[in-house]
Amino acid sequence: MSEAQIKSLEKQFDDRIARDEKIEPKDWMPEKYRKTHIRQMSQHAHSEIVGMLPEGNWITRAPSLRRKVALLAKVQDEAGHGLYLYSATETLGISREEMYEQLHTGKAKYSSIFNYPTVTWADMGAIGWLVDGAAIINQVPLCNTSYGPYARAMIRVCKEESFHQRQGFEIMLKLANGTPEQKEMAQDALNRWWWPSLMMLGPTDDVSTHTEQSMKWKLKRKSNDDLRQQFIDQTVPQAELLGLTIPDKDLKWNESRQSYDFGEIDWDEFWQVVKGHGPMNKVRMKARVDAWEKGAWVRDAAMAHAEKKRNKKQKQAV
Amino acid sequence: MKNKNLYNYILGIADNSLILGQRLGELTGHGPSLETDIACTNISLDLFGQVRSYYQYAAKIAGDDRTEDDIAMLRKEREYFNVLLVEQPNTNFAYTIVRQFLFDVYHYLFLTELQKSHDVTLVAIAKKSIKEVSYHKRFSTDWLKRLGDGTTESKQKTQQAVNDLWTYTEELFYTTQADNAMISEGIAVDVTKFKANYYQNVNAVLTEATLDIPESKFFQKGGKQGIHTEHLGYLLSDLQYMQRTYPNMEW
Ligand SMILES: [Fe+2]
Ligand SMILES: [Fe+2]
Ligand SMILES: [Fe+2]
Repeated sequence: MSEAQIKSLEKQFDDRIARDEKIEPKDWMPEKYRKTHIRQMSQHAHSEIVGMLPEGNWITRAPSLRRKVALLAKVQDEAGHGLYLYSATETLGISREEMYEQLHTGKAKYSSIFNYPTVTWADMGAIGWLVDGAAIINQVPLCNTSYGPYARAMIRVCKEESFHQRQGFEIMLKLANGTPEQKEMAQDALNRWWWPSLMMLGPTDDVSTHTEQSMKWKLKRKSNDDLRQQFIDQTVPQAELLGLTIPDKDLKWNESRQSYDFGEIDWDEFWQVVKGHGPMNKVRMKARVDAWEKGAWVRDAAMAHAEKKRNKKQKQAV
Repeated sequence: MKNKNLYNYILGIADNSLILGQRLGELTGHGPSLETDIACTNISLDLFGQVRSYYQYAAKIAGDDRTEDDIAMLRKEREYFNVLLVEQPNTNFAYTIVRQFLFDVYHYLFLTELQKSHDVTLVAIAKKSIKEVSYHKRFSTDWLKRLGDGTTESKQKTQQAVNDLWTYTEELFYTTQADNAMISEGIAVDVTKFKANYYQNVNAVLTEATLDIPESKFFQKGGKQGIHTEHLGYLLSDLQYMQRTYPNMEW
């Protein structure tokens, strides 16, 4: 293809997106579009899977049968999200094994929030309320993203995430209205998860890279700072409803902006965790790698068995 | 308690699902593939759903203020009546599948019979549960065949799991005093009646999976009288942690 031909294809491609048409797997797409989508979508899939670990940590210790069932179902939903996101990413010409390989070698990232430990039951409430809450803010705009398989996966995922958020809030509400010890547990969880949740919405706009291109492709519709503000404005009244205090002494309603002003985020902590030195990075990665390596013989057996069955069928057919 | 035998009989059924559900819950997020992870979590969910129905019924029979959670989480080790099979650890995926398979075949036959009970609540629970259990049985049977008739390594691992867990199968057919009392009232299932059928089913699948049927005639029992293997205590310390640490609170 000549350069002029490529240019014209790219023009048509950009126009289609501008008209809100969806790009489908068989359509022509610029190499950069494919690569960027593989990166973002696989990172999203990995986040779902690694995200199972901090909550999975409390399944065996859930305080009641009702909570245990709800937590199992939630973690299972996250596995389901991982599954559709991996499948959606596979349509771009990468295999699930390759994506796992990238995760396990540290080439691919996942959401840093999952590198914090879940130390009490209240963390199940805080994660649902804040982490799923921030995820929704990040993801709702993606329901209209340009790549068809991703947009469709996100519609399904977002519905379940809102359910998780309500469930998390309900755990917090029960604790906040419980005994002093329970309320203290809830406050402690909020103290620990608040700042990492704000960081989940990404670095500030002045340091954030590839935003313009992503906006054009509808991979991003609002800047990180706007999303963060939206999250804060939505969450502060919920904390008030719970009677819990957000651990930010600079948090204050700003009448002229009709938004909350908030304190300085510790970006050093953010980059430390992103670079692999958060409290749980090594533990999370080891859990994923162990599951994969210990599962190798099982996957091999399934393949060998399928092969034997195929051969048997062929023999019968002859 | 007026109906102590019925109460104990229900616990005997439900404790199996509780302990197996708890074991499967340990695996969530750590499965050999996303698909098996989801399936095992799903089985765990089904089992806990069944447990809640049974314990809610048992709580009603007890007639005091105890709840399903008190029954699930506040008994002492000697007061759990599950069979030894279900408390065995997730040594590797072969043990998980073989344990599941040996229990599922029993569970399915058991629920088939429980649907004929004179107790309408138990019949209702059995009718709902058997659909779930038939799926569990299909899952564990399919995987047993894959692992048994897969690679040399998978066959060896699976045969080892069969050999180790076989000793816990006969206890499934042991009947306690509460069982016998309930059998005579037409409420309980007489499990001894489907023992031959159970081994026939199990042996047929093992054979198809190219595995050897263990010849050992030495079996372990005790779970139904609350005498467990050393594994149970640790499982209970996780299961009971919150209820023990923060007594009398709502969650
Ligand atoms: Fe999710
Ligand atoms: Fe997500
Ligand atoms: Fe979620």
